[in-house]
Amino acid sequence: MILFYVLLAAAMVLLLWIVVKYNGLIMLRNQALNGWKQIDVQLKRRHDLIPNLVQTVKGQMEFEQDTLQKVIQARNAAISAKGIADSAVKEDMLSGALNKLFALVENYPTLRSNENVKQLQEELTSTENKISFARQFYNDIATKFNIAQQVFPANIIAAMFNFKTSELFEIKVDAEREVPNVDLSLKK
Amino acid sequence: MDKTRNIYEQQEHNKRTTFAVMIIFVVFLGLIGVGFDAFYLGTISEDAFLPIGTVIALGLGSLSAAWSLQSGAKAVLTSTNAVPADPNNPSHKQLLNVIDEMSIASGLPRPQVYIVPDPDPNAFATGKDPQNSSIAVTQGLLDSLNREELQGVVAHEMSHIRNYDIRLMTVIAAMMGAILLLSDWARRGLFWGGGSRRKSRSSEGSSAGPIALILLVLWIIGVILAPLIGQLMAMAVSRKREYLADASGAELTRNPMGLVHALTKLESASAPTASIKRGAAHLCIVDPLGRKMNAKEGFAAELFGTHPPMKNRIIALEAMAYQMKPSL
Repeated sequence: MILFYVLLAAAMVLLLWIVVKYNGLIMLRNQALNGWKQIDVQLKRRHDLIPNLVQTVKGQMEFEQDTLQKVIQARNAAISAKGIADSAVKEDMLSGALNKLFALVENYPTLRSNENVKQLQEELTSTENKISFARQFYNDIATKFNIAQQVFPANIIAAMFNFKTSELFEIKVDAEREVPNVDLSLKK
Repeated sequence: MDKTRNIYEQQEHNKRTTFAVMIIFVVFLGLIGVGFDAFYLGTISEDAFLPIGTVIALGLGSLSAAWSLQSGAKAVLTSTNAVPADPNNPSHKQLLNVIDEMSIASGLPRPQVYIVPDPDPNAFATGKDPQNSSIAVTQGLLDSLNREELQGVVAHEMSHIRNYDIRLMTVIAAMMGAILLLSDWARRGLFWGGGSRRKSRSSEGSSAGPIALILLVLWIIGVILAPLIGQLMAMAVSRKREYLADASGAELTRNPMGLVHALTKLESASAPTASIKRGAAHLCIVDPLGRKMNAKEGFAAELFGTHPPMKNRIIALEAMAYQMKPSL
């Protein structure tokens, strides 16, 4: 009789543990999904801003049609990208094309001092930052989610309920970010 | 300050310190209350236990903390004449964008954004939790920092919100207020009502004489020192929190040098921020009162400054930039 109660208690504890772990995994999965959506929101915003920018600078930059074409092409390619890896590559290409355009804008004093262009530039810079911060945040959450699935004994539950690990963004995204200047002189 | 700690160790360390300090504050309030009970009201003795004084002391502490959490943020913002940022103004819009970026990086809801019309560069965060928080920056800050530096400052403030420093500092300020009030009452009690009660106590409890007397003396010393010790602890917490916010801000932007450049600029503009009053000083990124103490190093600065010496903050951040470099 005592043995029965002991087993019953053990079963209850096990069940409780499974419920808690399962809920924890579900919570993390939703957080990761949410982080992923946040990236999408920002990417879409960037895609929407680009035609505006091209329209605004087109008249002044007729000799740079080639660069403008490349930005448009990169944008369209990015919109039609499928999957995380593909989208990351296409978005990086778009960032490159945009940076080239911004560098060229610097050669046109009328554009450089144009309020509209300045605002668009600020918006695109901010959106680009938001994309990389959203990726950074997503990577952190997704890593947490992946670790939670892989450690023993939670991996048994993850396998039981068929959880899948989340794909991460390549470190390349971070490598693109400006490497901070390090001053080792420790100014006194 | 051990500069070799990495950010996670620093976060852990700060959490432990904070917890210890909160306990000490509560114990302080409790002790003042118990003293009232034992020495004035006679509600705690061998044959009576009705700790009215203790309950009042702890209750006063919690009430003032609750009130501060509820309306403290608004009071601080009003006292600085802060106005909401205007999205149609290009420089305000940039600030709003940077704040959006940092709220995405930290995964927190976007705080309310205010501009303080003051030419001296400074910034602070306030509120009771990440869902009800505000960040305010001065017009001078917007005018003097570039985008990267602004991002560093906003990340610092966002970290104050994420680490619940805004709540902690609000509660500590409220507790300090309660301790000041109580110790003031206690001191008055010593001079006014103390005599007659002490006589009655000594006549009834002559057997417990010396020990009771020693306890009474210790309590009086405690009451006199409580405000000073409380103040020192509040400042210690504030300094720790500044280091932590610098570190976790750099973790958000992954660019410690942005904040280093901003701090360098803020330090050279050492004029006091006139519109930020003493009560909000511990919330700011640099001491708005322009006190010399925070600029110096050494024992006194470690004890009395609300902010760590700027030089130490910059060195700590530069060390972080160096640690980060291989991973980039």
